[in-house]
Formats: sequence, structure tokens, C-alpha cells
Amino acid sequence: MSTTLNPSIPIEEVERNFREIAPPLTEAEAVFEANRCVYCYDAPCTRACPTHIDVPGFIKKIASGNLLGSARVIFDANPIGATCARVCPVDVLCEGACVEKTLMDKPIEIGRLQRYATDDLMSKGREVLQAGAPNGRSVGVIGSGPAGLSCATYLARLGYAVTVYDRKTLAGGLDTYGMAEYKMTQRVSTEEAAMVSRLGVEFKMNTLITVNGDRSSELQVQNLDTISLAELEAKHDAIFIGIGLGATTRLNIPGEDLQGVYDALDFIERIKTREWSSVPIGRNVAVIGAGNTAIDAVTQARRLGAERVLLVYRRSQKEMPAYEYEYELAKKDAVEFWWQTAPVEVLSTEDGGGVAALRCVRMELGEPDSSGRRSARAVEGSEFDIPVDMVIKALGQQKMRDFLGAIDGVKLDEAGRIAVDKATGRTGNPKFFAGGDCVNGGREAVDASQAGKLAAQGIHESLTGEHVEFAGTRLPLLEETHEIKAH
Amino acid sequence: MADLRVNFAGIESPNPFWLASAPPTNMGSMVERAFDAGWGGAVWKTLGEPIVNVCSRLAAIDSGPNRMIGLNNIELITDRPLDVNLKEIRACKRKYPKHALIISLMVESKREAWHEIARQVEDTGADGLELNFGCPHGMSERGMGAAMGQVPEYTCMVTEWVKEATSLPVIVKLTPNVTSITPPARAAVKGGADALSLINTINSLMGVDLDTMIPHPNVNGMAAHGGYCGPAVKPIALNMVSELARDAEVNVPISGIGGIGTWRDAAEFLLLGSTTVQVCTAVMHYGYRIVEDMIDGLSNYLDEKGFQSVTEIIGRSAPRVTDWGSLDLHYKTVAHIDHSKCIQCNLCHIACEDGAHQCIPFTEIDGKRFPIIDKQECVGCNLCYLVCPSPGCISMVRVDDGSQPVSWRELSSRQPETMTAD
Repeated sequence: MSTTLNPSIPIEEVERNFREIAPPLTEAEAVFEANRCVYCYDAPCTRACPTHIDVPGFIKKIASGNLLGSARVIFDANPIGATCARVCPVDVLCEGACVEKTLMDKPIEIGRLQRYATDDLMSKGREVLQAGAPNGRSVGVIGSGPAGLSCATYLARLGYAVTVYDRKTLAGGLDTYGMAEYKMTQRVSTEEAAMVSRLGVEFKMNTLITVNGDRSSELQVQNLDTISLAELEAKHDAIFIGIGLGATTRLNIPGEDLQGVYDALDFIERIKTREWSSVPIGRNVAVIGAGNTAIDAVTQARRLGAERVLLVYRRSQKEMPAYEYEYELAKKDAVEFWWQTAPVEVLSTEDGGGVAALRCVRMELGEPDSSGRRSARAVEGSEFDIPVDMVIKALGQQKMRDFLGAIDGVKLDEAGRIAVDKATGRTGNPKFFAGGDCVNGGREAVDASQAGKLAAQGIHESLTGEHVEFAGTRLPLLEETHEIKAH
Repeated sequence: MADLRVNFAGIESPNPFWLASAPPTNMGSMVERAFDAGWGGAVWKTLGEPIVNVCSRLAAIDSGPNRMIGLNNIELITDRPLDVNLKEIRACKRKYPKHALIISLMVESKREAWHEIARQVEDTGADGLELNFGCPHGMSERGMGAAMGQVPEYTCMVTEWVKEATSLPVIVKLTPNVTSITPPARAAVKGGADALSLINTINSLMGVDLDTMIPHPNVNGMAAHGGYCGPAVKPIALNMVSELARDAEVNVPISGIGGIGTWRDAAEFLLLGSTTVQVCTAVMHYGYRIVEDMIDGLSNYLDEKGFQSVTEIIGRSAPRVTDWGSLDLHYKTVAHIDHSKCIQCNLCHIACEDGAHQCIPFTEIDGKRFPIIDKQECVGCNLCYLVCPSPGCISMVRVDDGSQPVSWRELSSRQPETMTAD
């Protein structure tokens, strides 16, 4: 193998580079910040949070020194509240809505306060949620990501026997394997999964759910157990699908399968082990795509010691799907942005063992296409080569149409997303419920968490006829006061 | 620049800012540093028979991140030998002849004892005496401090004793731990007091340690009530000062005390009838240096308002205080919300809804929901204006319906039968 890519900087420097970008608040900081909260009524932060956590409520409990109560408010509405505290795009959610942003351009640091309360709980090993008395019913949850963990939590609270199936070794899905390491380590996510486990939820890891009980040799090599959908249906009263999305979208260009071309999610998953010497990294790295995962890839490539990191995107900065603050982060890391540039070929080294360059074309932008973004068209004769030794693809993930299409009655929309009743997560098959990325096409962990909650309620209502609503199911609707009699 | 000099019952002071009798005036070196920092006067830590203090003497109440909005102490009078204090007072006065140096006194209820100490102090060259009839803890258990101030006859009697022995101006320091501040104040004046100072500290128990369940401040597992002071007591002090400033029988200057930490606080005390103000807690919190902004801020304020001398504002607001029965029942204001400044925290709504008169519903403006005042229902209570965190967003606007002012007193004298229900 001619190209074993390795960090070119000392391991200690890599460790330093991967320190948390948002360190925990000290007690003094947390209390000060909590006191700064004006305690809005019918608060915009709570409205902005997809799980509708009572944000002023948990913040005022920090101010009063009731950290246990604060953590309970958080986990009651969001079972992955510790993860969300670190990875939520707070600028566009709770903190973006904070009135202190209006008043003094400095929103309350809601995310870090949420972390403060949840850290305290988890460090003390205390529990705030309890399993319900067993109701004799059983639910299978496919996927242990945010949607699955959330759904399992609420079902356990209602007394269901819940089994979560996941093909990975560690629970948590993308929370465990896909979050930028400088935002969150695996431990937070796995501890959250452990909390769910302590509610009596059973986790069957390294387990693949197959459409027809396929026990091919390939799967055995990967050390995966397999369970067929039919077995699952026979075992459980209802099934929740929280499988997320599939493999990274292919570039479909020559050289794509060369050694040295990586999927962003695989690359990030390698980083999550923190075994730095085994993480591949080039000197000159091109990341293709401009979503939040692309940003995670460029910023982490820089942190691993890449000398030059380029973000290659076929549209312009205006069309970039990544959040503004993520873009700012990448700029701070001295990433080069190659706008209106599209790869057409990955060129190999002479010995064919690695990447020598990325051949690109310049792109012109035309009218908005079906996605609402301006369409991009290659400029004829504009080919040029960028010398790179590593290419990371961050083009978004594909839908798992094959698997989902094989479930009787489960309908997919034209984009390959599972069609569900939004309020209950019920699919076209009354025994199957779904939520998270496989339904919404790929959004935030916090969205998946809410979907898991709604689906748990939907499953319960479907199996028992009883309507339940957990914290943050709906906005706390503010009752209109009396009509104004005159002006 | 406005003239800040005041003459307080014959005592000249370069400015109205004095240190109250307390730890910051415990000894000569401290008072001298305070004068160097700019304080116009100081009331020396109370002299008397030396005592023994307990260990653990202070406790405080915080408000969120704001430390010590209220302070409580169970410290007693000076624990230093009398002759040492007298020697230092003499030296201090010699070194700072133009500053006001007042000596606080508290001895047992014996005529000879008061005579003796008054004469000893007068001999030092100090400018005046302050009789500590207010200390609510410890000394009062020995028949001193508040035990004297709470009984007008004692207040009068002891004041007379001191006046017999000295020609120095005598200030009587009053305790707020009484039902009405007027009787002891009048008694002091009757006894010959040249001035009054108030308030001394308020009886208080500061709280309980929730781990040990022992109240603060913990003295070997036990606590005792102490004297409360600091920013939280200012409104109580202002009320008592204004009452005495309006009392025709109390025609002596007042030194205002209680929660003064800034020039703003001081200006309010002056406006309500204080000639000087005394400060303790704020100095215990931040040091003597705070007087610089007190002088600077008051001076700028007087200049901006067009006053030549601080004496022009003394008591200026006192006539604006009256009894409830004399207030105009026809005066009406309603709240007004400037929606361009509204941050949609809805605190006005919930405060009005749960704490007032349910007259702030919501309305939609440009697709956003804003609180709005129901002007017919608004009683003009000010609550929404007080809770609103956005400066200038809510204002109280006068509604003039052209009716003549009328007070409850006037109404009830005209139609006594119809007013009894109110």
C-alpha cells in the first residue's frame, strides 16, 4: 500500500485540537447565566425547541440550585437532552429565539446550561425517569439513534417491554458515530443510551434486521446477528423504525473507489474512536459537499493535521446548506472554499495506489431548480486539477428504499422518505411506526427525539386506545385572555 | 460645579457623605484613609465599656448574582480600650480639622456614665456626638441601644443627660424597630437633640444553612437575631426620614442612613429631608473608594439640574409625600406598550394576568403575537412597567379626562355615608 495516510502532527497536538469547542460552564458561570434569563412566559426558546423543553423552567431551577429538578425537566421532554445540549444548532433554535438576543444581542447560553444540568445528573448517576409498571405489551425498535432511543424511553415509561435492535456495536446511532468530536465525545451518547437501558429497555446490538432472513456469509464476516422482519413482527405488538439514512451518496465519477477516497461518515466514525494513529488523513484534503457534515469533515481534517483543506461545492456560498455558524467555524479553521466547482474525476498516483489530484470543472448557476436552489451547469473546457492526496465525500446520505420498500403497507414519498401521520408516526402499516431521518430526510437529533416521543404516544394509543401526552408534545398553548372591549 | 458643603447642626462638612458608625470607622487609621478617599465626615464606631464579640458576626442575603443586597450583623460596639480610641480621635481631628468627626456613644443608663464619656469626647476636639439608641442586638439585652430608643421617655432622659455635660452638637440615632418613628424622634428633640440620624439596623434573621439547618450567622451551632442593613432597607429608611422631615415638631436636621451605596441613593435621601447621609454596607462591600463617584455623580446631577449648592435640594421632595387620604382619586394613567421595543417575553402579560387586573391580552401584529393593553380595564397599577425588561418599552401615560382632583379625605368629608364602604 503506497498511501497510508497518517496525521503529520504530534498526537498531543491532535488531542489539543480536538478539545471541546464549548467547554462546560463553571458553577459561577451557570448560576450567573441562569439568573440572566428573564423567565419569559410562553417562552420563544421553548417554542423554538422541537421537543419543547420548558427552557425557562429548567434554567430557573439551575438558578435556585435544584439541579436534579432541572435535569428532570430536560430529560422529561427530551431523552437525549445531554446530546442535544452539545450538538443542537442552538443559533437557529432556542438561542436564536431568545429575547436576550433582541434585548442585548447576547442570548442566554441555553445549550451550555442544559449541559450543566444534565452533566450534573449523569456525573452523580442519579435517575430522573422511571419505567412504568409492565403492561404486558412489547415493542421492537429498529435503530438506536436519537429517534429510537427517544421512542424506547417513552415506551418504557408507559410500561412496554422494549427491545432496540442496531447493527452497530454501540448504541446511539449518529449521536455516537457521527458527531464532530470537538462538539461531543461518544461517552455522552453512550451514557444516554445506558440511561435508557436502566429503564429496562433491552438492546440487541450487532444485529441486522433483514427483509427475508438473509444470513449471507458477508454478514457473518461482519459478526452480525440477523433477525428477519417476519420474526420481529411475530415477537412484538408494534415496531418503530428509526433506521436513519443509508450510505453516502456516490459521486459517480472515475476514481471514486481509489484508496484515499472516503465517505465523510466513515471518516468521522474513525475519528470517534480517538485512536488517532489509525485515522486516515492526507496533507491536502478535498471535501466534496457543503452541508453540515462537510463542515464537520473539513474542520476535523484540519484538526488531524492536514496542511491544506478544501471544501468543493458546485453552487455558491449563498446556496450552501450548512448553517452560518458552521461555515464560520470552517473559516476560522482556515479552510479554502472552492465555490461553483464540481469534481469530475479523482486522479490516481502513478502506482495507482492512491489519490494524486481532483479534476474539477467550473460551474455556472442558472435558475432555481426543484430544490429551490439555483441549478448548476458545467462550464465547457474549464477542467482543472487540484493536487490532493485525500478526498472526502460529504454529499448526503441515500434513503434505504430497498429495506423500507419491502415492508408491507409502508409507503415512501417520492424522495424515499417514509410517509407517516405526523402526530403519531404511524406508517401505512398500522403495526409500524417511524421517525427521525428516515422520515424527515435528515434533520437534527432533536427533531428525531421529538419524532420518537410522538411515535411512542402513537403506538400506545394504537395498542390501548389511551391518549397520552408527554412533556413537550405540544406547545404549551397560551390561552387567549378576554377580548379587548374597546380601544 | 455645585457647592457640596453642608452645615449639619453647626458641624461643617466638605460634603454630605459621612461614614456611619460601624466597622469602617473602627480606628484612627481607617477614618484617616476614608477622609483621604474623600469622605466628608465619619461617625466613629460606638464608644462605651469595651465588650467581647462573638466569632461569626455577619450574614447576607443575595439577589441572584448580586451579592449582599442585605447585610446583617451581631457585632457589638467597639472592643478597643476607651483611652486608645480617645487618643486616636484627638489625633485624627488634629490631622483633618475640616472634616466632620462625630463620636458615637453608648453607655449604661446612668447619668454619671453619660456625663463622663461626653466630657471625655468633647476634650478630644471632636465635632459632635451621636447617641446610639438603635443597636438592636446584644447591647439592647443589657439595657442599652435599642432598649433606650424604643422607649421615648428614656430617649428624652438620656439626651438631656448628655446635653447637660457637653456643648457639642448632639445627634440621636434612632432605631427603626418601633411601631412609629415619630414618638422617639419627638422625645429626642424634647430632650434637646440638635439633630437626628436614622435608621439604625432592623431586627432580622438572615436565613438558614439548608445542609446543617443552623441559621446564619452560625456561632457554634446557634444563631441570634441581628441588625439588618444594606440596599434592601433603603425604602424603609426613606419612609422614616420623610416622616420626620414632614413632622413640625421635629425641626432639627436629619442624617439619613440605610442602604445608601450611590449618589442616586444619597440624592433621594437629601430630597426627602436629609442634610447628610451615612454609609456603611456599601463601604464594607467595596471599600472607601466608592465615595469618589458619589461626589462626582451628585455634583454632576446638581449641575445638570441647575443647582448651585447641595443645600438647595435638601427636603425638596418631602412636601411631595402625603397621606394616602390626600391623594387625587381622579388621577388616571394607563400602560402603553411600544411594540417596536417589545421583545415578546410576555412577562407583562403573565404579571397582569396572575398578579394584577387581567388587562394585557395578545394581538397579532405583522404575524407576530404581541401583548397589548386593554385600556378600558387597565387600572394604571404600574406592575407591567415594573416587570418589563426592555427599557422604554412600557410607559405609564396620563389619561386626562378633565376632572378636578379630589381626594378620599375631601370626598368622605362631603359624603361620609357613601365612602364608608371603600
